[in-house]
Amino acid sequence: MLKIRTPLMALTALLLAPAASAQSLSDGGIKVGVLTDLSGVYSELAGQGSVKAAQLAAEDFMKANRAYAGKVTVIGVDHQNKADVAGNKAAEMIDRQNVDMLVDMPTSSAALAAVEVARQKKTVAMVVTGGTTALTNEKCNKYTFHYAYDNYMLANGTGTAVTKRGGNSWYIIYPNYAFGQDLNRQMVAAVQENGGKLAAPSDATPFPNTDFSSYLLKAQSVRPKIFGTMQAGNDLVNVVKQYNEFGLKKQGIGLGIGLLFETDVAALGQDAFMGAIATVPWFWNFDARSRQWAAKFEKAFGKKPTWAQAGVYSATLQYLNAVARAKTDNGDAVVKALEGFTFDDFFARHAMIRPQDHRVMLDVHVVQVKGKSEATEPGDLYRRLNTIPAGKAFMPLSENKCKM
Amino acid sequence: MNTQLLLIQVFNGLVNGAFYALLSLGLAVIFGMLRIVNFMHGALYMLGAFTAFALGQLFGLGFWPSLLLAPLLVGGVGMLLERGLLSRLYGLEPSYNLLLTFGLTLLTQDLVKQVMLGRFAVSSAPYSPPEALSGVVNLGFVVFPKYRLFVIALSLVVCLVTWFVIEKTRVGSIIRASTENPVVTRAFGIDVSRWVTGVFGVGVALAGLAGVLAAPIYSVEPYMGAELIITTFAVVVIGGMGSILGSVITGFAVGVLAAVGAAVYPPIANTLVFILMALVLLVRPSGLFGLPEGAR
Repeated sequence: MLKIRTPLMALTALLLAPAASAQSLSDGGIKVGVLTDLSGVYSELAGQGSVKAAQLAAEDFMKANRAYAGKVTVIGVDHQNKADVAGNKAAEMIDRQNVDMLVDMPTSSAALAAVEVARQKKTVAMVVTGGTTALTNEKCNKYTFHYAYDNYMLANGTGTAVTKRGGNSWYIIYPNYAFGQDLNRQMVAAVQENGGKLAAPSDATPFPNTDFSSYLLKAQSVRPKIFGTMQAGNDLVNVVKQYNEFGLKKQGIGLGIGLLFETDVAALGQDAFMGAIATVPWFWNFDARSRQWAAKFEKAFGKKPTWAQAGVYSATLQYLNAVARAKTDNGDAVVKALEGFTFDDFFARHAMIRPQDHRVMLDVHVVQVKGKSEATEPGDLYRRLNTIPAGKAFMPLSENKCKM
Repeated sequence: MNTQLLLIQVFNGLVNGAFYALLSLGLAVIFGMLRIVNFMHGALYMLGAFTAFALGQLFGLGFWPSLLLAPLLVGGVGMLLERGLLSRLYGLEPSYNLLLTFGLTLLTQDLVKQVMLGRFAVSSAPYSPPEALSGVVNLGFVVFPKYRLFVIALSLVVCLVTWFVIEKTRVGSIIRASTENPVVTRAFGIDVSRWVTGVFGVGVALAGLAGVLAAPIYSVEPYMGAELIITTFAVVVIGGMGSILGSVITGFAVGVLAAVGAAVYPPIANTLVFILMALVLLVRPSGLFGLPEGAR
């Protein structure tokens, strides 16, 4: 009797197992939609690299969970950094291409538009590359998660570190749109909270902008200890180039950077950024685990990953793990599996998904850009000054305006 | 506003004005002589900067040889375009060459982007000023980069030489004759179409030169000409389409005015030039230095 029962049970289990997991997936599979910038200013720091990162996450997940073998697919879509395009593409991906989850979303305005669509369609959206704190405050919603970084964390990290290291008088310029205005507000607050002051009120610059000379000349005349720039991408590259051209470093005016990506440093050469302080959620040579993943990514993509791309991998993997825990790709069930979840992967250390506002809390690092001569290997950009633990890096709930 | 800040902004404005002047001068030469509205001028400016960068990366050429070589190469590209494409549209409406040059702009930008990402693995490239011009000078009231002063000086010289050649020399009179009355000029045994190609090449080379000059100040990237060209067209309209002297004077003047305006009331920085354009068009539809169409 026993002899027959065991193989029978095994057979039943075999027949049921894949069926069970397939049944719970809305269309027999899980589709991850990487909504990103494939052609514009952020295409290098996110773009195709983000799509590749999500694909790697899907492969690793399927390898670890045999029941999902062959069931996860990834598509990449270009939102051109435009809010209206992002909204339309998000709707199209969810409705017509049966995407179960959106990830990446550089450019705050585009991210805000896309998550609103995802909310209406009860689809999980994990914003990695968009920075505005509105995502976890006034615009928070049940289906949106904010991964990797946000403006509060940047300002809190950099503003505090630089001010405490003696950079206690600032002159800040910021690009005049949602992201820049938000980051300036947060940075000013962080500087003042740590006993620093503004040598002159912050100036809004046009966005995008190539010529920053009048602001640099103003910095020369007001003589702050730190020239803070909240510009990102190409605008940041121009600011830093002209900061060097005007010789501000030699005049004793340091550089504080709001948002820094590895690609910006590469575009100008690390000597131009040497000594600048910034806050990042991750960098490739942080430790052995980071290196191991970065090597795998570089082998697959041909370039070292940016922290945005590493974040996309982590976010995608954590979403897929949540689907496995919930045993369904139903949006509400996956949200439940994500809320309050604690984990630790190569990217997100000591991580916890805060249930109240869906901020993904993780350790972040305050870094200083090394000069070329200090680099010990190609791509060795940062010296880590300190690590801010997950619980202290992000906006405390007492300040949070999220009502979910 | 104090005098110091005013002086600072005047210098600042002269730098931007230098780029406006060089670019609008090229546009004026091309439009004045050939009646081509060259929408591709911004892309050719970018091509100048990119060529300088590429010459450095591939052949280790520094700034000085590139300053000469890049405009020549870009000018050569311009002449090929004129011979191969633009010359085929001369009998047609002007909107045809506008569309063609616009299309070529998109093509050039994407091509450069692909090359940069493929060959150099970055979409925006570093380019430093030459050793001799790096660093700053103390002008007494302000510390100003040496290189920017050089940009102002060189573009002034180039603008004046161009104006002199076209208005005061025999070469200039042949050019003007070739475009005003090609039939008669041809009767004198002058190869008009060769002169036309040459003039187009010179206009384009001026854009290339502006590009090389811009490379150490702005990052070299595929879309660096896109924004600048819109302001430059406004400058051309204010100065008067096709007026050589008008484009030079207006270029510098608009640069200074915009910089001073930005210091007085920052939000106006980006729109001032267009407000100016609207005002000028109301009072003098042919621009400050332009002649009414019938007077030509």
